[in-house]
Amino acid sequence: MNVVGRSLPRLDAREKVVGAARYIADLTRPGLLFGAALTSPYAHARIKSYDVRPALAVPGVVTVLTGEDVKGGRFGPFIKDETVLATGKVRYVGEPVCIVAAEDERTARRAARLIEVEYEELPAVLSPEEAMAPGAPLVHEANADYFRVHQTKCGGNLAWETSFAEGDVKAAWGQCDVIVEGEFETQAQAHVALEPCGALAEIDAAGRITLWSANQSVFRVQANVCEGLGLPMARLRCLTPRVGGGFGNKMEMHVQGMTVALALASGRPVKFILSREEDFEMVRHRHPYRIRAKTGAKRDGTLVAREVEVVVDCGAYGDDSPGVLGFSLLMSRGPYRIPNMRAHGRLYYTNKVRFGAFRGFGNPQVSFATESQLDEIAERLHMDPLELRRKNAIRKGDAWLGGGLVQSDGFVKCLDAIGRTEAWQKRATQRAAPATRRGLGLACSSHISGLLATGAVIRLLEDGSIVLNTGAVDIGQGSDTVLAQICAEALRLPVEQVVLASPDTDGSPYNWGTTASRVTYMVGRSIVAAAKEVEQKIKDHAAAMLECATEDLALRPGGRVGIEGVPEKELSFREISLRAHWAAGGPIIGSSSLMYDRPTVDPKRTVASGVPFPQIGVFSFAATLCDVEIDEATGKVTVREAWSACDVGKAINPLSVEGQIQGGFAQGLGFALCEELVWDGGKLANPSLMDYKVPTSLEVPLKVHPLIVEDAEPDGPFGAKGIGEIPICAVAPAIANGIAAATGLRLSRLPMTPERVLRGLLEEEETHAD
Amino acid sequence: MSALKLMRLSINGRSRDITVTPQETLLDMLRDRLDLTGSKRGCNQGVCGACTVLIDGEPMRACLSLALDVEGMEVVTVEGLGSGNTLTVLQQAIIEHGAVQCGFCVAGMLITAHALLRDNPHPSPEEVRAALAGNLCRCSGYGKIIEAVCRAAEEKAA
Repeated sequence: MNVVGRSLPRLDAREKVVGAARYIADLTRPGLLFGAALTSPYAHARIKSYDVRPALAVPGVVTVLTGEDVKGGRFGPFIKDETVLATGKVRYVGEPVCIVAAEDERTARRAARLIEVEYEELPAVLSPEEAMAPGAPLVHEANADYFRVHQTKCGGNLAWETSFAEGDVKAAWGQCDVIVEGEFETQAQAHVALEPCGALAEIDAAGRITLWSANQSVFRVQANVCEGLGLPMARLRCLTPRVGGGFGNKMEMHVQGMTVALALASGRPVKFILSREEDFEMVRHRHPYRIRAKTGAKRDGTLVAREVEVVVDCGAYGDDSPGVLGFSLLMSRGPYRIPNMRAHGRLYYTNKVRFGAFRGFGNPQVSFATESQLDEIAERLHMDPLELRRKNAIRKGDAWLGGGLVQSDGFVKCLDAIGRTEAWQKRATQRAAPATRRGLGLACSSHISGLLATGAVIRLLEDGSIVLNTGAVDIGQGSDTVLAQICAEALRLPVEQVVLASPDTDGSPYNWGTTASRVTYMVGRSIVAAAKEVEQKIKDHAAAMLECATEDLALRPGGRVGIEGVPEKELSFREISLRAHWAAGGPIIGSSSLMYDRPTVDPKRTVASGVPFPQIGVFSFAATLCDVEIDEATGKVTVREAWSACDVGKAINPLSVEGQIQGGFAQGLGFALCEELVWDGGKLANPSLMDYKVPTSLEVPLKVHPLIVEDAEPDGPFGAKGIGEIPICAVAPAIANGIAAATGLRLSRLPMTPERVLRGLLEEEETHAD
Repeated sequence: MSALKLMRLSINGRSRDITVTPQETLLDMLRDRLDLTGSKRGCNQGVCGACTVLIDGEPMRACLSLALDVEGMEVVTVEGLGSGNTLTVLQQAIIEHGAVQCGFCVAGMLITAHALLRDNPHPSPEEVRAALAGNLCRCSGYGKIIEAVCRAAEEKAA
């Protein structure tokens, strides 16, 4: 292969390093207005009245809208429970209540604050425990009546319930020689994509709307806005500028609906960019989880049974929460053969900002619990933790929880890669510096690539160059380059000859989104299929022109096709495309439509309910190793060095894969050690980068070794599958296992801050002293 | 509205006369009045570093500097690092080592690293790491950025 497997620099790197790349906040239009929102100061309150006159009186203010002015429907990816502006009630601090469009940003913000809203404060529920209590105030009175895209149990503040069961867990505990049981708690984590959310909407002369926004799917933007504002989808065209990171935060609605509403009402283009604080308070975060887990094994280390029970904080609106809940349960068995398994979870509405998709999608939370328990079992059985995992490793041909077929041996290869590192082999001789303790922590995880619908269109232009159109948004992870490489390889072209069309709901084929580690795998598959159609059409033309059979023809590198074994008999793509455009056949277009179609659950094997994704994806694997140091005096945990082995099937662009592994590790490190959103009553106490700690270059180890494992996925494009999420999933348990190896202390709550570590160490000392 | 004031300063080597309001930050002036949008607003609080520019040669937060305070000074933004179509060795290294992902932090990273290499042409990876500690990146995990800066230093020396 010439193009696939090469570490090509990104197609968009040059425009970024010279400061020319345009992001949403960099766009402008003639006559542009600026949007701003007045947000709720209450976690839960009834809106009694609005007085917008003070805002309208401010010079420069053009439009003011309240929840009574913005008519439309309820939207949401799983539960139709949300409106563009709060209507009747506010359900979290920071929820948009009224919006303003003005001649400049400062005026819009100042005017929004002048709007007078009369509220009647209601008692709020601020945790799932409060939400499930008898007689708890209801976040949504109409909860049970909301339309849901799949069946589930719901009512009161219960938004969704999911369960999976296989084997006979109750009977299986009797076969176990060792059982570990515990409760784990994980915190709310903020995405902190460096670019805050924003949008720009403009109405054209015919009344159609063009909407640019920072997003992970122009098609989800279109669907959400049209549902929320009651617009026909064909009236709204969604585009994307460069996107400054997403991590899940920009997958569903943020300010797009408000921006379009203001543009429609004012008749002028409107730009609406959130401040960092608003981005924290208004958009979405990673779900806090409470996890009860129990795992049992035989004396020889064979895993026998596991039970996982999770309670998940939904926040005020459903968003992607049902998906996260169901997916985390599906990952709760991990990449192991455990014949008896029960996983059950409940999702509760609370009066907090919504929680939603965030890299890992519930997996980092449950992996913290389950991978901590595997190390506890290894310790109890005096087994090597890597050998315990290898002994139970899921293999090619095995069934996933639910019944999905595992098609690669990537997991064992990830374990092998970690086992071969010098750090692992010499772990017995590792020494700690004075006043510190040191330990190696291993943890593993699995993830999927797949889900839902996608398409690709490849067009051969008259001169033989190629335009690839997929609708997939590159959110900074590098998918444009990877997709161009796949297309170029399939047609044996240099990558420079493939140009990517920017995602456009008018012109691009549907793509569910840049999420679920799916772009390389799903869009890649679609491109390979579309390229096959282009190849066939090229060969049909060549057969007519060279007077031979199509079977005798093969593509040659550099945009040529010729008769096999006859070097001089060949044609360029240009010659063929000119014939197609001007003489015979019409323009050459290849296209593909794809839906991930293998079922999540085999009902003969698994009893399941409330499953949010009927068809899930192919499986990928990772093993993470951390060299962890603990300062005995302060409790501060430092990861000195880390190794992350990730199975990607085939690395289309190894340099980009490494970037995903290292970046995912760093975000996992923050989740493990320092990042935590804290609420003071109903209000976020730390909605700023001053108070919310994102790891800097000083916290992330200088050496995070990416170990790329390639075990081809049979139906992946050139064997590839996704890498976006899996590198984050096992970081927290790897560090927790390192802390335990160093000190004996087992922490069951994230993040593992110096305070929690020190307190734990002191308690351990007291226990041993008794 | 506060009264507009006319000021003169040098931006990317060129003398400019610009009218600004007294409360306007350097970042707003660069982005809104001069369309130099390479410097980004990530937090507007001086934490993320995405707006870092050189003021009289020193890396500073444009979001924390009032435009009027830099009157008569020399400001260099990411747009002024290379010359014409020629990239600096550092920009080239960032591209080649896969150190740019979403690109929102990269202007600030480049400015900070540019000043580092000027003051310390042969930094160790630890020194690069310390120099970049005020620039957040949420995509890369910093490894490839540090690597690229070190390689740029080597190439400059060669």
